[in-house]
Amino acid sequence: MAPPADARLRLETARLTALFGPRAVLTDVSIPFPARTVTAVIGPSGCGKSTLLRCLNRMHELSLGGWVTGRVLLDGADIYDAGVDPVRLRRRIGMVFQRPTPFPTMSIHDNVAAGLRVNGPRTPVEVEQAVERALRQAALWDEVQDRLRDSALALSGGQQQRLCIARALAPEPEVLLLDEPTASLDPAGTQRIEELCHELKRRYTIVIVTHNLQQAARVSDYTAFLFNGELVEVGRTEDLFTKPVQERTEAYITGRFG
Amino acid sequence: MSARQLRRRLTSGLMTGLVAALSFAAVLALVLILGHLVAQGASSLDWSFFTKNPVPAGEMGGGVANAIVGTGIIVGLAALIGLPIGVGTGLYLAEYGSGRLGWLVRFVADVLNGTPSIVVGIFAWTWLVKPMGHFSALAGSVALAVLIIPMIARTTEEMVRLVPHSLREAALALGYPRWRTSLRIVARTALAGIVTGCLVGIARIAGETAPLLFTALGNLNFTTHVLGPMQTLSLQIYVYATGPFDEWHRLAWAAALVLMALVLLLALSARRAMRQRHGAAR
Repeated sequence: MAPPADARLRLETARLTALFGPRAVLTDVSIPFPARTVTAVIGPSGCGKSTLLRCLNRMHELSLGGWVTGRVLLDGADIYDAGVDPVRLRRRIGMVFQRPTPFPTMSIHDNVAAGLRVNGPRTPVEVEQAVERALRQAALWDEVQDRLRDSALALSGGQQQRLCIARALAPEPEVLLLDEPTASLDPAGTQRIEELCHELKRRYTIVIVTHNLQQAARVSDYTAFLFNGELVEVGRTEDLFTKPVQERTEAYITGRFG
Repeated sequence: MSARQLRRRLTSGLMTGLVAALSFAAVLALVLILGHLVAQGASSLDWSFFTKNPVPAGEMGGGVANAIVGTGIIVGLAALIGLPIGVGTGLYLAEYGSGRLGWLVRFVADVLNGTPSIVVGIFAWTWLVKPMGHFSALAGSVALAVLIIPMIARTTEEMVRLVPHSLREAALALGYPRWRTSLRIVARTALAGIVTGCLVGIARIAGETAPLLFTALGNLNFTTHVLGPMQTLSLQIYVYATGPFDEWHRLAWAAALVLMALVLLLALSARRAMRQRHGAAR
């Protein structure tokens, strides 16, 4: 299903196939990710959701034996072109993982600033501003502004996850990848992250992997359903959940398998 | 209580008692050594013991100032040579050592770890003392460095491997180059463990005697000249303990107590460094 004409395509996969050695875990997947929208990727465990996400910032190729065919277009340019430096690319695409991964040796402030330092020189004032902006965007500023020098490990799990979101946002990426960001959080923490998605999509293009169908329905504009490494269906979230085209999609969202 | 329950309780009690007794035996060795050292050596510890140099055989008094300073210099120099190489090797093994070369380095380190220290001393004599034409503290330091490198390399590797893979991925996803991820994130997270390993390694070589016998040789005079023979506490203990004079034996006990205290201090600092690590990681 084509996105509306006013939503420019920020990111797009074209016949993307991801492999570990000879074994394909994702086959011929073509999904558009329109700018300033949230796209949810759903599907049963092992269907390739996380692998898809990891192909979008070239993290997949860091896994042992990981490689891809097909294309991933960021603003029309293939990120797998020979001239693209994956390290520089990852500075344009932020990622947040399933479990919070604050750097244990760093303070709250330094965690948020961690991605800034590799992005070229900045004055201390610029760093301070970027840290505050990122923490505000991640809805964490009010809770931590008085203890920026404390260890990041002093925060609760939900706060740590928002800290990781702030860390990903600080270098001002264009795309934000969320890999089951609420999997290890309690309901309150989950709700905060979901609210955050609504806030953040005004500025960022978000791709969120989730195994929670209600969450996909709540936060996303578009939903892609993957099964066994193949794209079954992608479309507007409300359409996909109310009148799915594919039999398998209906079976999955009504809980008949997966 | 059924018969089976009774049997389980008896077995449990018996095994608990057994392991407790064995632990006691292990601790007993340290308690006996320390207790004996204090009993025999503490009375000889006075100001002159730390500040004076040895006096000629037969004379009373004198101290081991030269040996204390010598131990500091030789062990310090060994650490200066060995720690960077050991830590670097460990970092390499953990981060890039999955291939054939890594296997080889790991194997060599393990063999070197098991090599008797006197053999290392012989090689230091062959390669350094003989070509230079004289015994030297430097040769002793090199021998000790060779001993400490594999220890440090392997503990560093273990500590770096303990850093969760997710942290590495988080850094890479932020756009960190791989080398920067290794140094800024992985090595820094493992730092407390690496420091602990280094302190334990230094404690191990501080008491080594065999590799110094024909390298640093020993010296009755105070010296800081690293290209000449130098005394260490361990060598001093060896000479005094095997000598014929009661006065020497008395000094040997005191020197042993000082050396033991030094090792204990290093072990305690290592514990402290480790605790800080856990304090940070909660």
